[in-house]
Amino acid sequence: MPAIQFVLNGKPRSVDAAGAMPLLWVLRDTLGLTGTKFGCGMALCGACTVHVNGQPMRSCSTPVASVAGKHVTTIEGLSPDATSAVQRAWVEEDVPQCGYCQSGQIMTAAALIAKTKAPTDADIDEAMRNNICRCGTYQQIRRAIHLAARLHAETPQKGDE
Amino acid sequence: MTPAKGLDRRSFLKTAAASGLLLGFHLPGSRTARAETADARLNAWVHVAPDDTVTLYIHKAEMGQGTVTSLAMLLAEELECDWARVHTEFPGIDRAYGGNQGVVGSQSVRSSWEPLRRAGASARQMLVQAASQQWGVDAAQCQARNGVVINSATGAKLSYGALADAAAKLTPPANVPLKDPSQFTIIGKPRKRLDTPSKVNGSAQFGIDVRLPGMLYAVVARCPVFGGKVASFDATKAKAMPGVKHVVQISNGVAVVAENTWAAAQARKALEVKFDEGQWAGQSSAGIAKLFVEKSQQPGAVARKDGDAAGVLAGAAKKIEAVYEAPYLAHAPMEPLNATADVRSDSCEVWASTQGQSAAHQVAIQVTGLKPDQVKVHTCYMGGGFGRRARADYIGEAVEVSKAIGAPVQLVWTREDDMQQDWYRPASYTKFVGSVGTDGMPEALHSRVICAPFGGLRDGVSRTGVEGIMDMPYAIPNLLVDYHAADVGIPVSYWRSVGYSQNTFFAESFIDELAVAAGKDALEFRRALLGKQPRMLAALNLAAEKAGWGKPLPAGRGRGIAVVNNIGSYTAQIAEVSASNGKLRVHKVVCAVDCGHVVNPSGVEQQIQSGIVYGLSAALKGSITIDKGRVQQDNFHNYDVLRIDEMPVVEVHIVPSTANPGGIGEAAVPPIAAAVANALYAANGKRVRTLPLAVLNR
Repeated sequence: MPAIQFVLNGKPRSVDAAGAMPLLWVLRDTLGLTGTKFGCGMALCGACTVHVNGQPMRSCSTPVASVAGKHVTTIEGLSPDATSAVQRAWVEEDVPQCGYCQSGQIMTAAALIAKTKAPTDADIDEAMRNNICRCGTYQQIRRAIHLAARLHAETPQKGDE
Repeated sequence: MTPAKGLDRRSFLKTAAASGLLLGFHLPGSRTARAETADARLNAWVHVAPDDTVTLYIHKAEMGQGTVTSLAMLLAEELECDWARVHTEFPGIDRAYGGNQGVVGSQSVRSSWEPLRRAGASARQMLVQAASQQWGVDAAQCQARNGVVINSATGAKLSYGALADAAAKLTPPANVPLKDPSQFTIIGKPRKRLDTPSKVNGSAQFGIDVRLPGMLYAVVARCPVFGGKVASFDATKAKAMPGVKHVVQISNGVAVVAENTWAAAQARKALEVKFDEGQWAGQSSAGIAKLFVEKSQQPGAVARKDGDAAGVLAGAAKKIEAVYEAPYLAHAPMEPLNATADVRSDSCEVWASTQGQSAAHQVAIQVTGLKPDQVKVHTCYMGGGFGRRARADYIGEAVEVSKAIGAPVQLVWTREDDMQQDWYRPASYTKFVGSVGTDGMPEALHSRVICAPFGGLRDGVSRTGVEGIMDMPYAIPNLLVDYHAADVGIPVSYWRSVGYSQNTFFAESFIDELAVAAGKDALEFRRALLGKQPRMLAALNLAAEKAGWGKPLPAGRGRGIAVVNNIGSYTAQIAEVSASNGKLRVHKVVCAVDCGHVVNPSGVEQQIQSGIVYGLSAALKGSITIDKGRVQQDNFHNYDVLRIDEMPVVEVHIVPSTANPGGIGEAAVPPIAAAVANALYAANGKRVRTLPLAVLNR
């Protein structure tokens, strides 16, 4: 089993894992980064969303071999001290309830803001409709994304690029 | 708020008692607080540390409902501490309590409303007394404010932290007076949640995030038919899979234990298990529906009888009949079920996201045979609960596996396990016969309910089967509710708002049918029947006013009303929907609630939104069906839930109230299905009597 190398939250990592093992379980069980969540195992709910080379990816359905040589960012590495525009907006709007889906919501929203500076409601629907929240924080998520876009424009931080 | 690692009750008490003021008390029903820790009834503590930190150790749990924030507000209101220095911790459970530890039935604020304020007041009074002794002045000259005691004559100040050790030596006061609500500065004002910061950076520790040294991961192969058992199994291929450490049989199936969750799940696919499927192997949704129809032909056990409904209906000039049906529902919390256990010869520790710490403690005692004080349960954040996590079945499995392999283990249910092995919201069937008199008001209503029971029968009636129908708030002179328990082999249990979840849909839809039959406006009809229910009526009136009831809508749109009185609160909802090209769309929901004295208005708003989303997912999409004894749905592609692009605008309006607090976590779930169905009827004249409503789109 050859070691698989990739850059995780800015630092080079090497893991001994079966290439078919989903990135989610490498992060959670092998590397102990539990901020990325298991929700469905079939890329249906978005709880496991991470960034691979800046793109939002469902880590539960991403074989770890496929990220070899790439940059992986998880919720723990999105920004130092939770200062990205999306995280600040999430705190300001008091978005989470149970909080379990929020890592995935935040990672998906951060990728949206990076691509679309002032997303419309339709952009938000399109980007976020595959991230499930059972507690019902959708209205707050929408408000927080609009706020994050403004914060990002005013004072961008690391994690917003 | 770091709930899990290394925190057990005795060690925190020891550490906390070593310095500062530690005051233990009992929730609910506290009488007197005590500055000691030996009383078995104590289940909550407030600790004021020398560094001014105030920690509330609370025997509740957080599943998103905002409980820890609301409870901390109750304490802080009377303690007069600095909100920025308030923390909460879950002490967990490590011996039998006098009371039950858990979070069900939207109880937390209701049961803590007085005792928590009294605990805060007691601690404050001790700190004030310590200051007065230090200054040698009368306590009346000392004022507590924002974490400091001020000498009103000299202006001198002492922080709570500086006073905590001296306060700990004093006797807690008896019968400490509480503030008049008009003096509240924290209760009733919106507060941000204490747990938000940890939930935006991945650091909040849910049960599934527990990591112990040497911990292994397990999944279980269970019989796909409820009540079935393992007949035999061959683990040869599974054991040969990479990373697999053990394959062991437990009472509920065969567990595969591996180095990581994925390896365990892969190996489970290679496991060959023969099941004895038992008596329900032929069960199906069609068979259950047929049984319900058969039962509905016969009188059931009487749940309520006012006047002579049968007699009035027999001679009624205008009689309306309808049958309503609701399917089984899974809970599907975002965090799949899991538990972590470390069983040793003389101890057992359990880490779990659970709504029932006491149930978890009990099951671990049963499985291990250990004494109550040898078993510890650590309370973790829950990624949703919705009633599912009140059951301890998944916790018992983890304890069994750890005991069998002699190592710490995290047992994880996949999403497929979660949906196919749930304790479901029961399928239910209700036949209504009603009549309206010449005055256009209802004369009689007979409701016959067929639903699987749980929680026991009293005189043949399951309360959870008939709640929402038996106790509907309307004054109808002749009422008969009868009930058939129909055990069809599918495990059923509490699902957010329980019997109200389906029965309020039935009752509020049929009331609309009666209004139509009477030729009356749905709002006026209800108003006329709520004369003896002033709180329900006030909530309805507020919702109607805010929703603009009666104002014209574009073609194809309609508004619908539904109300409920459950968990001590009164909720009215008005939904606005459109139905065009076969597509049902919920545009807006206006919700008014009277939940008594509000502790955290933003928490109330969050929970109303939450209840509406949870209820709307079920109303529009939710259905678990059975074939060959098996659940046919297994993940979010065939058990879909509401998405952000389907989210209506939700407006929340709170009826001002000084009544004791009601619950809120389950208040908004029951009415939404009926509000939407009634709005749909207003929009296009189609009466849908079977959930989920979105079926009409196919």
